[in-house]
Amino acid sequence: MKYLHQLKGEGARAVPLAGHVGFDSMPDQLVNKSVNHGFCFNILCVGETGLGKSTLMDTLFNTKFEGEPTQHNQPGVQLKSNTYELQESNVRLKLTVVNTVGFGDQINKEDSYKSIVEFIDTQFEAYLQEELKIKRTLHSYHDTRIHACLYFIAPTGHSLKSLDLVTMKKLDSKVNIIPIIAKSDAISKSELTKFKIKITSELVSNGVQIYQFPTDDETVAEINSTMNGHLPFAVVGSTEEVKIGNKMVKARQYPWGTVQVENENHCDFVKLREMLIRVNMEDLREQTHTRHYELYRRCKLEEMGFKDTDPDCKPFSLQETYEAKRNEFMGDLQKKEEEMRQMFVQRVKEKEAELKEAEKELHEKFDRLKKLHQDEKKKLEDKKKSLDDELNGFKQKKTAAELLQSQAQQAGGSTTLKRDKERKN
Amino acid sequence: MSTPQPPAKGASHAAGDFSYVGIDAILEQMRRKAMKQGFELNIMIVGQSGLGKSTLMNTLFKSKVSRKSVVSTPEERIPKTIEIKSISHDIEEKGVRMKLTVIDTPGFGDHINNENCWQPIMKFINDQYEQYLQEEININRKKRIPDSRVHCCMYFIPPTGHCLRPLDVEFMSRLSKVVNIVPVIAKADTLTLEERDFFKQTIREGLRANGIDVYPQEEFDEDSDDRMINDKIREMIPFAVVGSNQEYQVNGKRLLGRKTKWGTIEVENIAHCEFAHLRDLLIRTHMQNIKDITSSIHYEVYRVRRLNETGAQPNAQPPNTLVNPQPQWDATVF
Repeated sequence: MKYLHQLKGEGARAVPLAGHVGFDSMPDQLVNKSVNHGFCFNILCVGETGLGKSTLMDTLFNTKFEGEPTQHNQPGVQLKSNTYELQESNVRLKLTVVNTVGFGDQINKEDSYKSIVEFIDTQFEAYLQEELKIKRTLHSYHDTRIHACLYFIAPTGHSLKSLDLVTMKKLDSKVNIIPIIAKSDAISKSELTKFKIKITSELVSNGVQIYQFPTDDETVAEINSTMNGHLPFAVVGSTEEVKIGNKMVKARQYPWGTVQVENENHCDFVKLREMLIRVNMEDLREQTHTRHYELYRRCKLEEMGFKDTDPDCKPFSLQETYEAKRNEFMGDLQKKEEEMRQMFVQRVKEKEAELKEAEKELHEKFDRLKKLHQDEKKKLEDKKKSLDDELNGFKQKKTAAELLQSQAQQAGGSTTLKRDKERKN
Repeated sequence: MSTPQPPAKGASHAAGDFSYVGIDAILEQMRRKAMKQGFELNIMIVGQSGLGKSTLMNTLFKSKVSRKSVVSTPEERIPKTIEIKSISHDIEEKGVRMKLTVIDTPGFGDHINNENCWQPIMKFINDQYEQYLQEEININRKKRIPDSRVHCCMYFIPPTGHCLRPLDVEFMSRLSKVVNIVPVIAKADTLTLEERDFFKQTIREGLRANGIDVYPQEEFDEDSDDRMINDKIREMIPFAVVGSNQEYQVNGKRLLGRKTKWGTIEVENIAHCEFAHLRDLLIRTHMQNIKDITSSIHYEVYRVRRLNETGAQPNAQPPNTLVNPQPQWDATVF
């Protein structure tokens, strides 16, 4: 029995088709399947409290997500995630928005980034665990990995804060970072250009890798490369509508004018929405899976001691490594079990000895009491005996006396009686 | 989990329409990505020699994709043992690129003693799963794991008109557990319509009696719509097909067919044979579904079996993860 693999892979021959076969419906079949299945998209919003993260999410997805503005007195950075089901025409989207609560509010912000990194890693870990399971359900698994991280930069107009730099540096290898300038209606146009240039140069000089919109596909290469030049986007969010001309538009109304959210001259909101949702959502998901997740997986597995090849450069099977580790683990487990058993036996012995002691004491006490009781009983019996003896003695005397009396009576009975009577009186 | 909903709108919108978010643009993004990546399809054809397998492949894909067209043999010989020959082709239609791999099995069922003739085929299929599994559990793995798993196995039944032969039953009952089997009645132009219907019924009964689940399998129907469509298909299998490489002039049109003295059999005419149904099922409507069942069910079954093979202890329950097995001991400290 032999195989003959001819021309597999890159060397496949190209054959022309003599008619319509019909597999051009494949993309449609694929799309239909995905539509039936639904999509999921997870966004992480990182930024200080009060920068308008929730409002921007509401504006982006044209809906009111629940939640109240958070207070400024959080003790540490927490991540709150909410999942929503949105539907537009026939597309169902499971959108998860994760907010960093309390970011930038503490006095000491050294550890602020840690909870964010931990959260992202936890999602990767959950997916990795599912992928490594023996019986797994990958196609119905709810993917919670973060696909895009919107980093909100405060509109100071000068430069990035050190907290921003540190956090972005820690996150750039784990998630697609899209930096945006929040509440940008506080900055004038000229200041904005300078601000953007400053931010971009700081990011570059610190080696922060932000997400670049892909330029390899001709259909979107042009628009993506233009947008790459506009990063970071300066956005304004608003869910209130104001009447401009004869239309109701989303805007923020000030005494000196109205900032229209969807006006490209006023802010970059439209660009952000275009890039994030309408053009690159699928690419963001793909980058997360093929780049960030793979990196995490590689590091995690290497950390656990798995290798692809052993010292002899023969491919290791994950199975063998797992076997070795499992045996090691079982060995450890057995040792622990032994130790615990010993300890248990020891404790039992001690307790037993204690109990025996107590039992002995009780016995002694019982003996003592018994002896006491016997002594008392004996004393009592002696007393009774002496009492009996007295009683007997008395009875004898009584009978003797009675006898004498009866004799005396018979001899000079009445005189004695008289004498007795007189004596008595 | 709350359900706020942006107002559902139709597909086309003005750019300044503020109530349209643009979530459905993801469909277009997916389509673009799929077109760029291309698709892969691996079909295996199994059946005795002389049943017209290569011709049918050529007819299905309207080009010379069979092994005979690639490797020219001076005379057709029956190999001593079953060989597995796979040939890949790059075909393109309306911008959609597909890598089609046709896996031929010359020698199947051709010998006097055909015992265990399914073994080399089973081994081949399992080897493809193994290759994919090895790549998947690698630490450094490729961006796109090349998919050489057999998506569909077309089994050719000779048109005897009676019932399934023992070889057919043996082969299909074993292989239906590891791969999607699509049975076809080959050279169906030797059967009249009544004979064909009777034959099909007998075959269906035979399949049912032996517990053979051919594609589309009932247990994988996802919802009632699916079930309705698949039930209609299940009533028609096995498809009675006729293949042809030659075109003839019929009623002023050039059609693929077989010309005989008593008439011309048109391959794509559904009154003549069921080739069109087979092609529609396999290529135009259910191709993605076939690939999905292979990857999410057959491959997973193989994976579970393979990963449970080593390391299963008789008295301990095998943990459900490759790493971080849960300790069996529940330590209670005094």
